[in-house]
Amino acid sequence: MADKNGFFDLSKTTLTRRTALKGIAAGAGLALAPGFVRYSQAQSSAPIKIGFQSHRTGIGAAYGRWYEKTSAAAVKAINDAGGIGGRPVELVIEDDGTDPARGAEVVAKFAKQHKTDIVFGTLFSHVVIGSAPAAGENKIPYFVVSEGHHVASTKLNRYVFQPGITDVKSQIQSMAPWIAANAGKKVTQIFPDFAFGYDHRDYLPPALKAHGADVIAQIAIPPTESSFTKYFPQIPAETEVIYHVMVGPAVLTFVKELGEFYGSQRPQLFGFMDSLEATDINSPGLEFLDGSHFWEGSPRYAQANDSAAQKAYRAAVGIDDNGAAVGDPKDVSTASHMFGCWETLYVVKKAMEDAGYKGPEDRAKLVEATEALKEFAEGPEHPQGAKTFNGKIHQCFGIQNISKVEGGKLKVVHKTKIEDGLYEAEGDYTTQAL
Amino acid sequence: MRDASPAKTYALHIGVIALLFVLNFVLPDYHQGLFARIMALAVFAMGYNLLFGYVGLLSLGHAMFFSAGLYGAGLTVYHLGWGVPEAFLAGVACGALLALAVGLLALRTSGVAFMIVTMMFAQVFYLLILYFAAWTGGDQGLVIQQAARVVSIGGASLDLTNPTVRYMSALALFSVVLLITLAIVRSRFGRVLVAIRENEERTKMLGYDTVANKLAAVVASGAICAASGAAYALLFGYVGSSFAGVQYSILPLLWVLLGGAATTLGPLVGTLFMYYVTDITSGFTSAYLLIVGVALILLVLFFPKGILGSIRERWLRWLP
Repeated sequence: MADKNGFFDLSKTTLTRRTALKGIAAGAGLALAPGFVRYSQAQSSAPIKIGFQSHRTGIGAAYGRWYEKTSAAAVKAINDAGGIGGRPVELVIEDDGTDPARGAEVVAKFAKQHKTDIVFGTLFSHVVIGSAPAAGENKIPYFVVSEGHHVASTKLNRYVFQPGITDVKSQIQSMAPWIAANAGKKVTQIFPDFAFGYDHRDYLPPALKAHGADVIAQIAIPPTESSFTKYFPQIPAETEVIYHVMVGPAVLTFVKELGEFYGSQRPQLFGFMDSLEATDINSPGLEFLDGSHFWEGSPRYAQANDSAAQKAYRAAVGIDDNGAAVGDPKDVSTASHMFGCWETLYVVKKAMEDAGYKGPEDRAKLVEATEALKEFAEGPEHPQGAKTFNGKIHQCFGIQNISKVEGGKLKVVHKTKIEDGLYEAEGDYTTQAL
Repeated sequence: MRDASPAKTYALHIGVIALLFVLNFVLPDYHQGLFARIMALAVFAMGYNLLFGYVGLLSLGHAMFFSAGLYGAGLTVYHLGWGVPEAFLAGVACGALLALAVGLLALRTSGVAFMIVTMMFAQVFYLLILYFAAWTGGDQGLVIQQAARVVSIGGASLDLTNPTVRYMSALALFSVVLLITLAIVRSRFGRVLVAIRENEERTKMLGYDTVANKLAAVVASGAICAASGAAYALLFGYVGSSFAGVQYSILPLLWVLLGGAATTLGPLVGTLFMYYVTDITSGFTSAYLLIVGVALILLVLFFPKGILGSIRERWLRWLP
């Protein structure tokens, strides 16, 4: 029955397997030995292991790469300053493929195989929502940098936190006063016909109404669409502001076709930088955006009045004045979001030190210590700006930037106040059992 | 199958189930959880195999049956507050009904047309999930809270989020479906399905209603895939549209091809293999899909009938 050329020769297979097993056993012994020797002497010197759930592949890969860069820079800064509670920090990275099913597996892998202290770093909402049950079941704190409203909605569980970046509901609410006062009172929204767009569809109209402006039309564009011209006649003629939040590769086509539709006579344009993260604002076709305004989490371009902390953060992460990688001007960062990784890691440091965190047995204490946090002052640990934290909904609130496209750069023209983004809590995680 | 006594065949299957039972107590924590997932998804592959392996109908839309079960169970728990057993049955019923409707229409075609029609139906199902985002959670999906994933039987309650309970639940489903599949394959109905695969015209000439038999196979396949989806929602607590995407129609095909089409245990072997290749290689490189691809090519070259299919061809001709 063996194959003629011996490929399936059972005796050979047995021998190879035995050799392989010996090799694996020896390799495993070698791999374990140094760690055992080093940390068995003093458990307190063992590193804090942070499981980084990274979007290395899949739709979130551009974000994943910059999230890794920023996190690595933050970990280096934390370690250079003595680590967390005197212990070094180590990032353990696993790719979730930007897929919720794999995301849940990765969280379980961190908890049970890598035995990391926490899980951290996820951006895409569906991956966060898909992974949250695994975090709750494994009772491992899960610090996301997602900007989705899902954490603050209190529909996840007590182990999920978002302390380093504001959520989209708060961001939208913060934009409304400026739009109503400066851009126009009659707003038409164009958004992708899926969850990210729905947040804008649902939260903007009441926020604008409170400031005397109205959404006069809402145009949802299916995610499969690659040409947009047919939708533009739906924009009412009296529109003063077009509020657009298209995302994905079709954005360039969207802007180009919008430019062709309006020519030089256009309403005011207001967008969210999510549309153009990791994309050069000077890409061909984007000229139409000149003079328009964008929400930015943290400014992509260096500003004249940048704080020392902001400058130090940019230098540590390795982005130049144009928000691209130092030495590679084409590698544009995801500046509006990735600062959240830096700030979240410092929140973790603070919470762990407050909790007197020793190891996984203290995870419940870490949850409670994080919930007890109230505010984060602007500075090297929070270069984007000051924030408050609502421990009941596990969500931070902070300032937002409104930037104008001028001469191929984004210039911050307005910074919102923390209060602009506050809203009534929709629940209370602290009532859930740990 | 040809020269095996039923005892030998059943002994093998019971042995596999017993081995999986023992593994619960042996496997490290992480692998215990991974095996629970693999067994739940192997049920999906078994459902697919029934249609693809035994009837020879290649569907590219089975994600809709899996997600019919996923949403059928998940939404009844989430919106209606149903208990786990009722929700599970609702999921299976959704899958069976959808399979009946799709089967009635899609079986008017065959071959490439059948692939395209099933893929289109699956795409419609996927877009419906997005369209009814207010109920389904759209592309973000929904979380089934831990408290809702507890089965109360009499005075006792089983928490499906407990690793051992979850493992045993997945094993129970896997075992039942495996034995059902085996019974189908060994039955008169199963032999008619194989006959249809080998020569539909001749089967028809022998007096069999091939359309009715194929429809029954589609419904059985859809119900099994839905059972897998329902179990996935209840065991792992997440219901999302990504499970209805094209990827989840291709995956069971890959698992079955890898493990061995038209072998009862092939779906488990294929799912296990793919999961572990992905899990291990992703630890070394972000190009793990490349390695998975190379592994698939090597398997196709050296095991053209899948792992168990090739083993059956070369050594164990009695494997069902």
